Amino acid sequence: MTRLRTGGVRAAVGAVLAVALTAALTGCSSTGGKRAEDARKAAAAQGRAAVDTPEWTFAMVTHSGDGDTFWDIVQNGAEQAAAKDNINFLYAHSDEAQQQAQLIDSYIAKGVDGLIVTLAKPDAMKTAVEKAVKAGIPVITVNSGAEQSKAFGALTHIGQDETVAGEAVGEELDERGKKKALCVLHEQGNVGHEQRCSGAKKTFGGELQNLYVDGTNMPDVQASILAKLQSDPAIDAVVTLGAPFADAAAQAKKTAGSEAEIDTFDLNAKVASGLSAGTLGFAVDQQPYLQGYEAVDLLWLYRYNADVLGGGKPVLTGPQIITKDDAAALKGYTERGTR
Amino acid sequence: MSTLAPNELDHVDERLLRTSPLKKLLARPELGSIVGAAAVFVFFSLVADSFLRASSLGTVLYAASTIGIMAVPVALLMIGGEFDLSAGVMVTSSALISSMFSYQMTANVWVGVGVSLLVTLAIGFFNGFMLTRTKLPSFIITLGTFLMLTGLNLGFTKLISGTVSTKSIADMEGFPSARKLFASQWTVGGVELKVTILWWVGLVALATWILLRTRAGNWIFAVGGGADAARAVGVPVSRTKIGLYMGVAFCAWISGQHLLFSFDVVQSGEGVGNELIYIIAAVIGGCLITGGYGSAIGSAVGAFIFGMTGKGIVYAEWNPDWFTFFLGAMLLLATLLNAWIRKRVEATT
Repeated sequence: MTRLRTGGVRAAVGAVLAVALTAALTGCSSTGGKRAEDARKAAAAQGRAAVDTPEWTFAMVTHSGDGDTFWDIVQNGAEQAAAKDNINFLYAHSDEAQQQAQLIDSYIAKGVDGLIVTLAKPDAMKTAVEKAVKAGIPVITVNSGAEQSKAFGALTHIGQDETVAGEAVGEELDERGKKKALCVLHEQGNVGHEQRCSGAKKTFGGELQNLYVDGTNMPDVQASILAKLQSDPAIDAVVTLGAPFADAAAQAKKTAGSEAEIDTFDLNAKVASGLSAGTLGFAVDQQPYLQGYEAVDLLWLYRYNADVLGGGKPVLTGPQIITKDDAAALKGYTERGTR
Repeated sequence: MSTLAPNELDHVDERLLRTSPLKKLLARPELGSIVGAAAVFVFFSLVADSFLRASSLGTVLYAASTIGIMAVPVALLMIGGEFDLSAGVMVTSSALISSMFSYQMTANVWVGVGVSLLVTLAIGFFNGFMLTRTKLPSFIITLGTFLMLTGLNLGFTKLISGTVSTKSIADMEGFPSARKLFASQWTVGGVELKVTILWWVGLVALATWILLRTRAGNWIFAVGGGADAARAVGVPVSRTKIGLYMGVAFCAWISGQHLLFSFDVVQSGEGVGNELIYIIAAVIGGCLITGGYGSAIGSAVGAFIFGMTGKGIVYAEWNPDWFTFFLGAMLLLATLLNAWIRKRVEATT
């Protein structure tokens, strides 16, 4: 049989649709799900332009990879500020430095009224940013590149100093009386990640070890942390560098029967509920929503009123240490994707 | 090594010669990888104190099982002469479909799991159907599927959930029972074992039975050895290949459900790159990249080597800066050893 009957295909497609429909009609869950979310959202307000300035176009180019939860929140913040400020907001991203620079170039060619860029790989962005400044486009850098921002000619920098954030973690671990900590890096070679762990190492009184895991493979993350906890029962704190990995660490801890406290960088709904429940110790938030929101808002202020914030120094959005006490109040915000 | 005198040997058909059980064993495709696995095992037992602990074995087996569940159908597909580059991302797709369907419809979790099975099988069917219809190489077809799925995972999740990860479905009906099936663990003599190990063993047994004891198994070897020759002797080439792709889809569904029910939230960008790991596990396990040769047990041994190496480096507490280097070197050594033994065996038989 070299040829397949198309009837078979049609029947298969039909079966999928039929099952999906019957399933939707009959097998409902009375708890959770979209219905519960809709009920929560019912009273939420929608963003509308609050000003009558002309519709300027601002573009944002980040070094985010595909499907990164953190950058999703940054984008949310920028979009909501843009809606309020009557801004046409454009967004593009690439984790390849060269492509990120090309994206900036294309926005310059397009003649945007303002640019927001990240300087995770500052040397590669230098030419593009300087070109924008020369073309009279105001540039604001966010998240990474606090040192280079001013030299490249940007108005200001909004973000968290990763080393400072790491140092805050080291101090918090000390305060909690930890002796041996594990720093879990989910992207080998990411400069910001290294800075966080080395920052923590600097202020932490105990011993801190790095563990590299494959961030795109969650079961592997869990198994690697598990292996580490089993091989060294003295570890009493595990610090993950991204919110999704905190849960994997918590499960590894459970399986290993370890007493280690799980702490993490960044927030999401799961981390917030983990903090409330006490399965997580603390989270270091750099408030990504603020990085997007403030960047758009400051560009608008500059266009409208020639305002600049920071006085030549970076405007810090973090680190904010979030513990059990704050988590309950933030849970709702994490669920709607703004914290 | 025959007991026959040389002159007698000339008159006997070589196929009728009796081979000793030892030689039969040596001719098995997975033998090289088993020796490799033993070498890796001994190596890490010597350099890492905590490697031999029972609890460590549970961890290694878990790491191996998450790769192994996918390495089984990928090995079968490779014996059938094809690749599937979409296998890694398909796992994520499958998890996303279950989660989002249940959530958006506020349906019992099992409904989402069922819909996901159908849709995932449809993706596998699409791969096989496109391959047999267009006669394009599987590399192109599944690369296309891989890219499309990567985009769909991200696009749909963002469109439906508003964020790049799904919402938690842990508080929905059916979740506890589904978790029991796909992501539970139990303790045997102080060792925590995950249910994925059972799935893995079951799949290896099933695949071995199909390959060695059924007509479909012969078809798989035949289409991998030479599709035209197979077609000429009446093997349903298209049906076999579509079936193999649907096998990959089925296992992607199992892995996807494990992902969903162990973490209850799925990140839409995950899974990229894992397809290579599955292929590597199958190759270490003795599958030829050119098709027609290999075994399901070999893929399991390949996955086990992967699990031991990945976690052994952690147990050995080596400097993590060199992690991927060690991983690469170990894999290369294991594969070389595998190839060397196969050559020795072929030379003596």
